[in-house]
Amino acid sequence: MSKLYMKGNEAIVEGALRAGLEGFFSYPITPASEIIETFASKYFADREREKRGEKPLYPKFRVFMQMESELASINAVMGGASIGCRVMTASSSPGISLKQEGISYIAACELPCVIVNIMRGGPGLGSIQPEQGDYFQAVKGGGHGDYRLIVLAPNSVQEMAEHTMLLFNLTNKYRNPGMLLADGYLGQMKESLEFPEVPIEEYEKPWAAGNMELDGEQHTIEFLFLTPEPMVEAKKRLLEKYKTIEANEVRYETYKVDDAKIIVTAFGTPSRVAKAAVDLAREKGIKVGLVRPITLWPFPYKIYTNLTSNQVDRVLVVELSFGQFVEDVRLGVEGRAEVRLFPKFGGIVPTEEEVLEKIMELV
Amino acid sequence: MKTEIIISGFGGQGVLFLGDLIAYAAVKEGYYVTWVPSYGPESRGGTCNCQVIYSDKQIGSPAIAHPDILIVFNQPSLYKFLPRLKTNGFLFYDSFLIKEPPAREDIKIVGVPAFQLSKMGNMAMLGAFLAVVDQIKSETIFQILEEKLKGDKTKFIPINKEAIATGMDFVKSQER
Repeated sequence: MSKLYMKGNEAIVEGALRAGLEGFFSYPITPASEIIETFASKYFADREREKRGEKPLYPKFRVFMQMESELASINAVMGGASIGCRVMTASSSPGISLKQEGISYIAACELPCVIVNIMRGGPGLGSIQPEQGDYFQAVKGGGHGDYRLIVLAPNSVQEMAEHTMLLFNLTNKYRNPGMLLADGYLGQMKESLEFPEVPIEEYEKPWAAGNMELDGEQHTIEFLFLTPEPMVEAKKRLLEKYKTIEANEVRYETYKVDDAKIIVTAFGTPSRVAKAAVDLAREKGIKVGLVRPITLWPFPYKIYTNLTSNQVDRVLVVELSFGQFVEDVRLGVEGRAEVRLFPKFGGIVPTEEEVLEKIMELV
Repeated sequence: MKTEIIISGFGGQGVLFLGDLIAYAAVKEGYYVTWVPSYGPESRGGTCNCQVIYSDKQIGSPAIAHPDILIVFNQPSLYKFLPRLKTNGFLFYDSFLIKEPPAREDIKIVGVPAFQLSKMGNMAMLGAFLAVVDQIKSETIFQILEEKLKGDKTKFIPINKEAIATGMDFVKSQER
């Protein structure tokens, strides 16, 4: 039996290290603290191994720092990414808010890095229980200016590892920061998993600062333009990149949608609940299916468009916030179907029976 | 087959560890498993709980509305979770720490004076759980203890096994 068993937060660490992580900078916060804790134990275990003259398990993982603040963490990530290293930071909602300025700068400078947000209740300090209220912040901006993060939404401990690895591939491929957006449940939950095989892609980084020995040129990374012309050029480049990502990297899961008249849609933990509710409804003979976005940006608008064009006429949205994700679903549905929202906020996950009840209301 | 368990008590009684052990054993026995702790300001003396699900199918919600099995180590936990226990469900309660007997007749009640039987009350309760529910093998639990308690900690294996045996023997003696 090769099945493993670990916390979502621990799976992220495992995934990042297998993806060749070189530096981790963070400040602890519930419910994301196990990430920095696990990194610390792996890092220092490797230093102990070296002291004993043994080989480290993760030879690439050379820098671990618990920074003095979230601001310091994100700026350390920016530094690490600037010289072409694979770097990452992790936090939870209030901490991610503090990082927003840095994230905007990183996006401007087109620096690949992975930012993990294990969402808790907000606004403000809110609560430490799971919510999905950072959806807008993650997919629509959060920092200032036109920019996009590649946002992945895992829904199991296995995907916490898998998506972390995938995010390193995507962020390096496109020179763009990416966010792993999971709710507190996924971070805290332990689950059985089989470790995913995700081939790790390596990309040349001729743009990285400090690589003078490559071409004798001094490489600088900057994003400040005092006249419009170069700014227009730079922003066009960003826009083109975002369009390419939107065209190539949309990911989603569908479940029992082939003959569905109703679809339930959710991401993260609620999508698991929704999937189970779909099964319960199917037992009652209801033609219902599930659509689960895996990339929240780029958002899978098309699957909603296609399904509601001549098949599905009712859509139930389940999310752990007032109604943020529902807005993107509506943009995909474009009025072709009735979209009903089932919001659950404050740290409570809906039960399978509750979602079933909402499905039955739509029948 | 799907079993949903809520375990609750004071922080420091080994509530989370007990759930973790059952969950990990279920993983080893080939089930799909989720384990969710209550997290936050729980510390020694505060209340704390965890939710364990094992199933032969993939698990939807990791949160439990109505458990099949409830294991409680203090009065507040009993008050909080007893109404949610399924009809015909199992209630394991520490009859040494909880003086008031549970008032429900549609469930199977197993009172175990766990923290009187052993300093490791959680392990004694585990013994009772293993014997009564009969879904997880005690050999799997022993295998995990040997895996987790290595080096200096090897010496703790016998006392853990002893505590588990005490719980098992207790429920068997009650059956007679």
